Amino acid sequence: MMMELSAEDLNRVEKKNLFASGHRACGGCGQALAARLVTDAAGENTIACVATGCLEVFSSPYPDPSWRIPFLHSLFENTAAVASGVEAAYKALKKGPVNIIAQGGDGSTSDIGFQCISGMFERGHDVLYVCYDNEAYMNTGVQRSSFTPLGAKTTTTPTGNRTRKKNLPQIAVDHRIPYVATATVDDYRDLQRKVKTALSIKGPKYLHILVPCPLGWGHPGDLTAFLCRLAKVTCLFPVFEVLDGKLMNVLKVPIKKPVEEYLKLQNRFRHLFKKGVPTEFVAEIQAIADENIARYNI
Amino acid sequence: MLKQIEGSHAVSEVVALCRPHVISAYPITPQTHIVEDLAGLVAEGHLEAEFVNVESEFAAASVVLGASAAGARAYTATTSQGLLLMTEVLYNIAGMRLPIVLTCANRAISAPLNIWNDQQDSMTVRDAGWIQLFAEDNQEAADLHMQAFKIAEQVSVPVMVCMDGFILTHAFEPVDIPDQKEVDDFLPPYQPKQMVDPRWPRGLGLYADPRFYMETRYILHRALEKSEETIKQVSADFAKSFGRESGGLIKTYKLEGADIVIVSLGSVVGTIKDLIDRMEEEGKKVGLLQICSYRPFPRQAIYDALKETANIVVLEKCVSLGRGGILASDVRWSFPRAEKKVRTISSYIAGLGGRNITMDDLLAMVERVEKEPVELDFLGLNKGIIAERDL
Repeated sequence: MMMELSAEDLNRVEKKNLFASGHRACGGCGQALAARLVTDAAGENTIACVATGCLEVFSSPYPDPSWRIPFLHSLFENTAAVASGVEAAYKALKKGPVNIIAQGGDGSTSDIGFQCISGMFERGHDVLYVCYDNEAYMNTGVQRSSFTPLGAKTTTTPTGNRTRKKNLPQIAVDHRIPYVATATVDDYRDLQRKVKTALSIKGPKYLHILVPCPLGWGHPGDLTAFLCRLAKVTCLFPVFEVLDGKLMNVLKVPIKKPVEEYLKLQNRFRHLFKKGVPTEFVAEIQAIADENIARYNI
Repeated sequence: MLKQIEGSHAVSEVVALCRPHVISAYPITPQTHIVEDLAGLVAEGHLEAEFVNVESEFAAASVVLGASAAGARAYTATTSQGLLLMTEVLYNIAGMRLPIVLTCANRAISAPLNIWNDQQDSMTVRDAGWIQLFAEDNQEAADLHMQAFKIAEQVSVPVMVCMDGFILTHAFEPVDIPDQKEVDDFLPPYQPKQMVDPRWPRGLGLYADPRFYMETRYILHRALEKSEETIKQVSADFAKSFGRESGGLIKTYKLEGADIVIVSLGSVVGTIKDLIDRMEEEGKKVGLLQICSYRPFPRQAIYDALKETANIVVLEKCVSLGRGGILASDVRWSFPRAEKKVRTISSYIAGLGGRNITMDDLLAMVERVEKEPVELDFLGLNKGIIAERDL
């Protein structure tokens, strides 16, 4: 079921400052920006259920949280179940309608909270789950998660990560939930349109947002948006929507760039180059991009 | 109305009469009958509530946390491994001061795997910040749930009602099940003291740095201590409304002038009362102090009841491995060190993993503590199946 939203509503960039400035995120933090965009797109009538992690730590210290909407934090791995409980309460108390957004980083989403997310999808709760993916456990000091990409150096993969990223958007699709989308934090309009679209649909929704982390990725803070663009034009991060199981609105990239252009700007991939020349590992990463191009018809 | 009914069924009927808005649970023996009954009551429309079938006990606890935070009266039930899987959330619920009620159908902890009764599960989470009430029989188990919601909502502390698995949950006994009006008169509709609501945007579960954390924990500790008064008051109100004694901090049986007093909790007190009657016929004065509220631990009430008793023996179905009796430690702590009176407090572990606690076992225990204090012993241990090197 989908509420009709006009093109004007969908494409308007919302700036309500519901996620207030003055929080403690690092300069250039992709997650802080994404959290603000998500919150402003959702509006006042929203409950934010937030997992332990960077976002929670920099935005919710007592007594000065940044949230101007109701905020609920419980643990690292149970946010999807907590949001399920909030939704069940609203149903039982015949309150609402209200937007319920469960949100967490890639660690709480892909690893420790995975089971609760699967449960929330499978039971069909009317909740939007937002994953802010910065591809490692940044809050605890840049350790590997199952969203850490092949080759990336983290403090627990000091010679580079040997595995590929878990494909959670696909796993979400396989739960037959009505809406799955990916986005990057540089494109405000697209990201907010996806939040609004998701919230207009009843049932569980999954939005996966790429949020560069200057600290963990090793890039200057002012390159956060630029790296998002490179992730898209190198086809390492496909941007798409899946509505009722149907892939649509894939972001087409007419002029594709080689993955080196994305990798070489980040310290976490520096070891993949010898004196500026790509090693054979870069070819493996290029193969992932090529696979994405074929799979999503980018 | 008096009904011949299974313990689990009595509990689920009473929980339903308490009008919870959200119930979430994951199946685990011997809790299953409680949640099956509740699921049935919801499905058949007898109870207007959301029943959320989840993928783990961890999720069940998290769902009721979210529901309670959103202003709902919320309930769950579990036991043993399930309670342990909930542990992280249990601490969280208490820290967030959410008045959730949980039934623990007490069962042993693995390994070795064992589905039968002891009280290691709830004892393991005794420091989580929950009120823990122990039921003696099925009537009390049913009654305690009505009291639990009332206590929890008055003091903003969650309540765990502990009832022995199988011994109570699966036993058929006559239980007086009240009607809806009686319960409504006793338990007012839930008025949340805090909740996430867009009309009133506040944060729940903010993090506290070293400037604030310790005070938060102190306040919770004091809330538990102060809840003793509420537990007593609610038990008294209950007696007034329903005409029977249930709950409270402690209960005693033939304690006046007893030479030996047995301290225990849960369903085993029934056997102990039979023992006491039998000893009385033989001219021996044995009494019972039964703990209903294990957390908060009613230190003062225990001291007042036992201050004249020289010979105390604590019997419990749990053990702090490498240390000994858990309840025994608490009872020993109830007497001020400076006190002059000579007193021995013996400690017995019994009934682990469903081992029967027989009248003969209890007789042997009393006969021994008549002669000498027992620092720690395991009642009814079959030494024949323990290798020499392990003894």
